[in-house]
Amino acid sequence: MVRPPGRRVMRVQTKRYLFCYLGLLPVLALFIWLRVIPLANTINLSFHNWNLIKPFKPFIGLQNYMNLFNDRLFVMALRNTAIFAFSTVVIGMALSLALAVALNRPSRLTGLYQTLYFLPVITPMVPVSVIWKWIYDPGYGLLNYILSLFGIKPIGWLMYPNLALMSMIIMCIWKNLGYNMIMFLVGLKNIPAQYYEAAAIDGANGWQIFCHITLPLLKPILLYVLITSTIDGFNIFTPVYVMTTGSQGAPGNAVRTLVFNIYEEGFRYFKMGYASSQAVMLLLIVLALTVIQLRVFRGEDAGASIQ
Amino acid sequence: MVSKKASRELAAQAVGQFFLLLGAVIMLLPFIWMLSTSLKPPEEVITWPPQFIPRRPTFNNYIEAFSAAPFFRFFLNSLCVSSISTVSILLTSSFAGFIFAKYQFPGRTLLFLIILATSMVPFQSYMIPFYLMVNRLGWINTYQGLALPLLVMSFGIFFMRQNIVSIPDELLDAARIDGCSEFRIYWQIIMPLSKSAMAALAIFAFKNAWGDFIWPLLIANELEMYTMELGLGMFQHRFTVDYGSITAGSVVSILPIITVFAIFRRNIIEGVTLTGLKG
Repeated sequence: MVRPPGRRVMRVQTKRYLFCYLGLLPVLALFIWLRVIPLANTINLSFHNWNLIKPFKPFIGLQNYMNLFNDRLFVMALRNTAIFAFSTVVIGMALSLALAVALNRPSRLTGLYQTLYFLPVITPMVPVSVIWKWIYDPGYGLLNYILSLFGIKPIGWLMYPNLALMSMIIMCIWKNLGYNMIMFLVGLKNIPAQYYEAAAIDGANGWQIFCHITLPLLKPILLYVLITSTIDGFNIFTPVYVMTTGSQGAPGNAVRTLVFNIYEEGFRYFKMGYASSQAVMLLLIVLALTVIQLRVFRGEDAGASIQ
Repeated sequence: MVSKKASRELAAQAVGQFFLLLGAVIMLLPFIWMLSTSLKPPEEVITWPPQFIPRRPTFNNYIEAFSAAPFFRFFLNSLCVSSISTVSILLTSSFAGFIFAKYQFPGRTLLFLIILATSMVPFQSYMIPFYLMVNRLGWINTYQGLALPLLVMSFGIFFMRQNIVSIPDELLDAARIDGCSEFRIYWQIIMPLSKSAMAALAIFAFKNAWGDFIWPLLIANELEMYTMELGLGMFQHRFTVDYGSITAGSVVSILPIITVFAIFRRNIIEGVTLTGLKG
C-alpha cells in the first residue's frame, strides 16, 4: 500500500520535532534546575529579611537594596572590585597585545615562549595565590629582596588594603597574560599578509598599520577577551580568601570585593537575604557591562549569531 | 634611505624581543622560587639574602606536608568531581549543540537564547540558593553535591553548535537514507566528526572544575571531601608562616597539572585558544 506522500513527510517531520524536544528536555531540565531556579530564588531572597538561623523571614521589599548604599563595606567592595576589574582588563590586555605583536614573527623560540607564558594560565588560582603570598612576604619575600637591590625599603604588600589590592592586580595580570597573548597571537596570524604589504606600499608607518589594520581585524578576539576578563574580574574571590584573610579566616585586613562580601554576609553572618541583594547587584553590573561592551564594539544584536 | 627605516625596524624588534625574554623570566621565576623554597630546611627559608639553590636540599617539607594533609585524597576528590563534570558537560553540550545546529523546530531560537543568556550569569550570583538547595537534598560533603553546579555549561552548548554547524548536511541525509535513526546520527557521525572540538571543550571544562574554589569552600567541610584547591587553601591557612611546608604542598598540588601540560602541551594550548576563538 502506498501512502500519500504529504502524510509521510508530515510523519517524518513530527518525528524530528519529537526527537528535538525529547532530546533537549533533559538538558533544559538541568538548566532550569541548576541555573534558572537558583537565579530566581536569589532575586526572591533579596526581597526578604532572610537569616539562616532565624525562623521568621519576613518580606521587606526593597529594604535590602536601600541598606546597600549606606553600607560602608559594600560601597568599599564595589569600589575595590571595579578598580580590580578595570586595572586587570586594561593593563592586562595592553601588555599581552604588545607581547603578542613582538612574538608574531617566525622564530624558533615561539613554541618555548608560548609554553612559558602559558604555565601560569594552567596553574589554578589557589597555588598561584600561595606562591605570590610568599613572594609578597614582608620579611623574606622575593619581591622585597629584588627591590632592596635598588635600595627600596621592605614593603608590607598584603598588609594594607589598597596596597594588597594592587598586589592582587599584579598577580592576576601575571596569571592571565599568557592566555590573552596566545589569543591575540592566533588573531594576528589570521590577518592576511597582503594587507600589511599593501599598507607598506602606501607608505603607512608601523603605528598607522597597527591602528588601521591590526586593531580593527583583531576586534572580535579583543571583544571576547574584554568581556570574559571583565566578568572574571568582577567575580574575584580566591586570591582575596587565600592571600588576605588570616589563619582563622579572620577578615582583619581582607581586601573587600563583591564576592568576598557576599560570602561573608551569607555564610559567616548568615544574612542570606542581604547577601542575595548584593549578588543581584553583581549580576546587574556584569550584565550591564557585557551589553555595553557588545553594543560599543560590535554595534549589533548579541543574538544575531544563531541566524 | 632604506637604512634609516630598516634600522628603526630592527631596534623595535630588539626591544620587543627583550621584553618577551624579560616576561618569560617573570613567568617562570615564581615557580622556581616555589620549588626552591620547598626543598629548603627551615633555617634556609628565612635566610637573607634569599638563595635560589638550597645549600642542603631536603624532602622534609614534603614529608611534613603529606603527614599534615591527605593530599592524595584531595587529588582523587578533584579528579572525581572534575571527571563527572567534564563527562556531563561533553554529553549535554554535544547533544544539545547537535540539535540546535542541525534541526529546525518551533522555539529553537528562543531556547538557544535562554541557554546562551545564562552563560553571562556568574555562579557567584546564585550560589546562596544553590547552597540551600544542596543542603535540603542532604548533599553537603558529597561528590554529587560538589559536582552539581558543574554538570552543564551554556558556553559548551554554544561552542559545540558552532562546530557542528560546519558538518555537511549531506552526510546526515545519506545516513538517513540508509535507515540511520536520528540518535545514531549523533552517536556515530556527529560525535566522531567533532572529536577535536570535544577535546578542546573537555580541557576547558576540566580546568574549570579543577580550579573551582568557592563552591567546595561552601559545601565541603570534612577533610575527606576537600578538593585539591580547597585542601591547599586550608592547609596554607593552618601553616601561615611555615613556607617550606606550604610551598611543598603547592608543588604537590600542581604536579599532576604540570605533568599533563608537559605531555599534551600543544593540544592544551590549541584547545584553550579554540574555545576562545569559537566563542
